[in-house]
Amino acid sequence: MCIDVEGRHIEGREGATMVQVPVTDGVFTWPSDHPQLIGSRCVTCGNHMFPVQQGCPKCTGAETEEVLLGRRGTLWTWTVQGFPPKAPPYAGDVDPKTFQAFGVGYVELPGQLKIESRLTEADPEKLKIGMEMEMVIVPLSTDAHGNEVVTFAFAPVA
Amino acid sequence: MTTQVAIVGIGMHEFGRTEGVSGMDQGVIAVRRACADAGVSWEDMQFAFGGSMAAGAADTMVSLLGLTGLQFINVANGCATGGSALFSAYNTIRSGVFDLGIAVGFDKHERGAFRVNTKGSGLGDWYGASGLALTTQFFGMKINRYMHEYGISQSTLAKVSEKAFRNGSLNPMAWRRKPISEEEVLNSAMLSYPLTQYMFCSPGEGGVALILARADKAHLYTDKPIFLKAAVVRSRRFGSFEVLAPSIALEHNAGPTVDASKAAFEMAGMGPQDMDIAQLQDTESGAEVMHMAENGFCEHGEQEFMIQAGETEIGGKFPVNTDGGCLANGEPIGASGLRQVYENVLQLRGQAGARQVPNEPKTAYTHVYGAPGISGVTILSR
Ligand SMILES: [Zn+2]
Repeated sequence: MCIDVEGRHIEGREGATMVQVPVTDGVFTWPSDHPQLIGSRCVTCGNHMFPVQQGCPKCTGAETEEVLLGRRGTLWTWTVQGFPPKAPPYAGDVDPKTFQAFGVGYVELPGQLKIESRLTEADPEKLKIGMEMEMVIVPLSTDAHGNEVVTFAFAPVA
Repeated sequence: MTTQVAIVGIGMHEFGRTEGVSGMDQGVIAVRRACADAGVSWEDMQFAFGGSMAAGAADTMVSLLGLTGLQFINVANGCATGGSALFSAYNTIRSGVFDLGIAVGFDKHERGAFRVNTKGSGLGDWYGASGLALTTQFFGMKINRYMHEYGISQSTLAKVSEKAFRNGSLNPMAWRRKPISEEEVLNSAMLSYPLTQYMFCSPGEGGVALILARADKAHLYTDKPIFLKAAVVRSRRFGSFEVLAPSIALEHNAGPTVDASKAAFEMAGMGPQDMDIAQLQDTESGAEVMHMAENGFCEHGEQEFMIQAGETEIGGKFPVNTDGGCLANGEPIGASGLRQVYENVLQLRGQAGARQVPNEPKTAYTHVYGAPGISGVTILSR
């Protein structure tokens, strides 16, 4: 996971095509015009889980099925990540000179569950508990092959 | 009638940063000090439970303390490691297997926020890579929601820190011994909204050891035995809001602290109104506020008045975190829960020096909380 940030940038600029690759497979649908988070639903009690998992923490049932989660919800709580996380594990910008604070919150998807996510908004004045949010895909970093690594986030609905 | 349990010796290695002394060595020093306090030797120990998160397997300390052949069991239980060692020692004596033993916890962490091992925590690499695997975010999000629901102000969060550093300044074993004003707390760097730098504790170093004995033999070791009336550890239930959770259920559960607290009061045959002082997990100042209510010491929202009125100060109605808590002592995970018990023993013995709670407290409460959603509670009495 230790990646030379400078090296990646040069390679990215020289590369003819910049491909967007997901930070991991199986967490959200990609590529897609309307990406969705991939979760599980308990066959026994209907409980939703994210990410995909076997076994239900609610009813102890062992059988779950894959389900695509809703793309809209409301902000249940939030904070702002004000300092660069340690890398690894963080794959984004950790240079204190260029690091941009980012929002983090839980978004409540009606009838399903609350999802922890990056938020596209990081201004405490503009984040309100209960506000409408929608899932989007945001750039995180550039990998060793010059591809843009993307992850999911939630953005305030305009 | 099960056997009653007393704490007859306590030892601590100074919290903070001690260059050149390993975490394990700090644990050994704590054990030697506890033995001296009880007037016993290491050879007298019939059993030990010990643990650290980042400073090695506790049982290897026998090569420094003496190879006496005692039963030594390592405990690894996240933030409740110390509490679990104490729980195990408590029940070992209660069950009648042994008469005298020790619980020890120590640690030494790298600087800065804890680096989460996402694999070890059962989480995918994407979680940390995306910038989500920070315990500080959880604390910011939990108190932000709580402030929204119950009307807690940022001034109250800052007052909790101010109290912690003031109490720490009276504690020779504390890491941070310089008072910091409410204003300085509010003006320090915003790490995870609404929590600023001085509202967070730091991972640190330190060691604590507690010697336990059958209550009916406690007089052999001390003229001030402190009785352990309850020791409880609880894990989370479905629906509770915990650290390092990529998702949480829609339905709400009050969390493991509420469960552990209720079970401890039941075990002790006492209630929150019977407690004279408390040491509550204060990973950050908001945690202390929320844990006051979760442990049953007030209704949700009442903390705003209580803290603004100074009720949780050393001279107040209900002193909380009299030794400066995690905020002033740092959080060496293996030792942190035992530090709280150490402080309560000092307070109940009347040996807490400049920070002694007035009017001879008779009962005292401890509470630890941590990853991955675990709480430990003890109740002590004179
Ligand atoms: Zn189920």
